[in-house]
Amino acid sequence: MPTLDRIARTVLWQELVKGFALTFRYMFRPKVTLNYPYEKGPLSPRFRGEHALRRYPNGEERCIACKLCEAICPAQAITIEAERRADGSRRTTRYDIDMTKCIYCGFCEEACPVDAIVEGPNMEFAAETREELFYTKEKLLENGERWEAEIAARLEMDAPYR
Amino acid sequence: MSEREIRTFSVNFGPQHPAAHGVLRLVLEMDGEVVERADPHIGLLHRGTEKLIEYRPYLQNIPYFDRLDYVSMMCQEHSYVLAVEKLLGITPPPRAQYIRVLFCEITRILNHLLNITTMALDIGAMTPLLWGFEQREKLMEFYEEVSGARMHANYFRFGGVNRDLPPGLEARIAEWCDQFEPFMDDLETLLTENRIFKQRTVDIGVVTAEQALAWGFSGPMLRASGIAWDLRKAQPYEVYEELDFDIPVGRHGDCYDRYLVRMQEMRESVRIIRQCLERMPEGPVRVPNHKVTPPSRHEMKRSMEALIHHFKLYTEGIHVPKGEVYVATENPKGEFGVYLVSDGTNRPYRCKIRSPGYVHLQALDMMCRGHQLADTVAIIGSLDIVFGEIDR
Repeated sequence: MPTLDRIARTVLWQELVKGFALTFRYMFRPKVTLNYPYEKGPLSPRFRGEHALRRYPNGEERCIACKLCEAICPAQAITIEAERRADGSRRTTRYDIDMTKCIYCGFCEEACPVDAIVEGPNMEFAAETREELFYTKEKLLENGERWEAEIAARLEMDAPYR
Repeated sequence: MSEREIRTFSVNFGPQHPAAHGVLRLVLEMDGEVVERADPHIGLLHRGTEKLIEYRPYLQNIPYFDRLDYVSMMCQEHSYVLAVEKLLGITPPPRAQYIRVLFCEITRILNHLLNITTMALDIGAMTPLLWGFEQREKLMEFYEEVSGARMHANYFRFGGVNRDLPPGLEARIAEWCDQFEPFMDDLETLLTENRIFKQRTVDIGVVTAEQALAWGFSGPMLRASGIAWDLRKAQPYEVYEELDFDIPVGRHGDCYDRYLVRMQEMRESVRIIRQCLERMPEGPVRVPNHKVTPPSRHEMKRSMEALIHHFKLYTEGIHVPKGEVYVATENPKGEFGVYLVSDGTNRPYRCKIRSPGYVHLQALDMMCRGHQLADTVAIIGSLDIVFGEIDR
């Protein structure tokens, strides 16, 4: 009987019919695709996107040029130069990230003792030229201002785990 | 009758061929439609990872392991992290071990879903790919929730994992498991009994058990040939000893058996994920030894000693005792081994990576010989090769 059964199933195209019926059923299921620029998937507070340099609420830069991020960066994408400012505090004169070298590993954020450099939620920073992706201190601080609300919320949400 | 010289015809398959799974350049010598000799040319994706590793402190090498086999990221971190832990002589806390096993199994499903569906695509079935990628998307969301990146996670650390699971993730993974099993049934309805799929895979690229051993196969490639060898059972690491799962074994060693083994392995992985979620203990996720793992940020901002540890760890890194070690784990693709030589400094003296894909690729000639050109595509698909790890 098993042989007869198998022959019957082969002749009747059983498995093909089943497969087509299944794909046909899937046609009426709700769509799972997202219409990207208008719809977006969920992002967790740990998402590692575009970098930003943050400031304290009083407007002072957080970065103290300890260069931990420069030291830990596996891709050596960060370049920092620093000197004493007029008021005696140590601040960076240059803070460059080569975004074309960066591998978005998140070590800089982990290493930063003052939460200055962070990887924010933004992942839409594609540019047309390489030069636009050589981020300077100004660009990073500007990012920080633009994303501060989100970054602060993310850091607070993730604080118990860090 | 005059004598005629018969010449084989050389075909370049890849490196731009969509079925070559990356940058495989295959020079095929064809006699009509039959492959006489398959000569894989490798090295197009060589980045010198092993050498780069020698010039970086231990911690900075973890991201490099993500980028070897870029579809089974955390499993490779796992081998490296275990190797360093063995040299350091530390064991991560139980919760960290369960989290690692949980994510290794998620990675296994990620990898097998990609492999099975792309193999099906190469031999003419497009729907599984579209369905499979929906599931992969969900899994990558879990990746993103714990580590912050969808693929290159950089999540495992020496002595544990980077951060604890976020709230609610365990429930979401359990929910995902419940809908994944019906999905697997749907996937099987499309492929397992399908006559076209079977005609393209059954008795194609047969590897006997002896051949599989002689060529150094491991993972699903070896198990499809009928040898029940799985490092998770043979030399259990982490908490695999406590978990209940079976090793699927094939009988014929052809492309179809390799497909079946991978399908069954995904079901076993779901079983392991469920057990991990059930047994997940509470507790820390990193060893409290601050010579190895950085202190928490809260501590670092308040205690001078913690701050010093933080600075030491992120500049100089850890010093690993002198010695050499080989640690292999059961990757989705096979045995992924890391051979580390430490000279007592903060950088590895040498790091040799044993990638399963490299070993499997060398048997391609043996498997393809006498088959038709179209079968080569099925065989490459069933090999599960990713060039990131082959060329390193």
